[in-house]
Amino acid sequence: MSEVETAPLIAILDYGIGNLRSAQKGFERVGADVHLTSDSGLIAEAAGVVLPGVGHFGACMRELRAAKLDDLACSVIESGVPFLGICIGMQMLFEGSEEAPDVRGLGVLPGQALLLPDGLPRPQMQWNQLNIQRDGSPLLAGIKDRSWMYFVHSYAVETEPDLVVATCEYGINVTAMVEKGSLWATQFHPEKSGELGRAFAENFYRQVIAQ
Amino acid sequence: MKSVRVIPCLDVDQGRVVKGVNFVGLRDAGDPVELAARYDAEGADEVVFLDITASSDNRETIIELARKVAEEVYIPFTIGGGVRSVDDARLLLRAGADKVSVNSAAVHRPGLVSELAAAFGSQCVVVAIDAKSNEDKTWNVYINGGREDVGLDVVDWAREVTDLGAGEILLTSMDGDGTRNGYDLELTRAVVDAVRVPVIASGGVGTLDHLVNGAIDGRADAVLAASIFHFGEHTVREAKEALLAAGVVVRPPVNEL
Repeated sequence: MSEVETAPLIAILDYGIGNLRSAQKGFERVGADVHLTSDSGLIAEAAGVVLPGVGHFGACMRELRAAKLDDLACSVIESGVPFLGICIGMQMLFEGSEEAPDVRGLGVLPGQALLLPDGLPRPQMQWNQLNIQRDGSPLLAGIKDRSWMYFVHSYAVETEPDLVVATCEYGINVTAMVEKGSLWATQFHPEKSGELGRAFAENFYRQVIAQ
Repeated sequence: MKSVRVIPCLDVDQGRVVKGVNFVGLRDAGDPVELAARYDAEGADEVVFLDITASSDNRETIIELARKVAEEVYIPFTIGGGVRSVDDARLLLRAGADKVSVNSAAVHRPGLVSELAAAFGSQCVVVAIDAKSNEDKTWNVYINGGREDVGLDVVDWAREVTDLGAGEILLTSMDGDGTRNGYDLELTRAVVDAVRVPVIASGGVGTLDHLVNGAIDGRADAVLAASIFHFGEHTVREAKEALLAAGVVVRPPVNEL
């Protein structure tokens, strides 16, 4: 157990939504001490924080606020602790979503989630290739351009090009990953993206250890 | 860019894979976790487990299965069979399943589909439809393993469940299932054209060409098969290679990622 005690803690924000287990497993498999938690003390102590999200943007935002984790998430991000948003957890970092126009997002990043265009199946529920827009993101270390990741979503973030690390093509260029300092977010699910997802989780864990 | 998913399907009874599985090199060919891990390693894009256990007092077994699969498999997986309520689905999703599939329960009570979509999001909700052809190029919805015609048109039903919030359709041709003559491509196209959500073609695969036909002529978003993978006739890798050779966009076999 000593290994567990010394491993830096990753807190996965638990605000009562669907499948958080796979997010937890996704980081446990790279050796992290992962807690699914809504405990503000534990979250404030964590060396890394993950905001997952599945389902409906409005429902997720409401649950996050009901669990009083919205302001806490913002202050964790401001403090520079490595922070990763996944799927709806990515979209919630932005100002809002067409999916729930009257619900505010956290507004940590500029932009909105917009409905994917007509023409291809919606949701995008498939593996797709990353088009890496800029080199040097520590979370993509060892992950090549055109690598395949698993996506499930009907809305995608439109934001400032400077923030966009990777896109995927699905009728439009979908924002697949953003980065701002030690804040990262992915539209894809690293915890469901096989071995490349493991590499991604390891890279995040390295950032957590390093900080 | 649309990519086509290759999905092995495992029928599970009391926590064990049935329908005959004959794999070289597995300690226990009936263990669903071991099989799923093997398919993952070969490059499967997702895995589907259908719990065909007749008795409903067996829920804990399938929840335990979800928990074990989530420990070993890092691609999405769906569990179907026996989900009749939001609570049933919640237990499976909390255990680690990514999606739940409903079939006869949705026929008996269509409101279940909207309840599931409201609780977990459409992306978690697969509606499985078992279809049998009529004489006039239409198809009816069947339940109870193809024994009971419920008097619904398949295309109408597919539209209705997607309106209710289904995020995906798992479409099985009961005419084709087990025949190894290939998917019912007309059926697949009819449903693909009728709905906006992804459609998984199922039922009848006996060769790798059938997978290719399902993707190209059926325009399916995903191709599901059981026996060609279980009996060791073909690996998922071979399926991917056949699709790639035919010009279908797929995620390549794993060690070429």
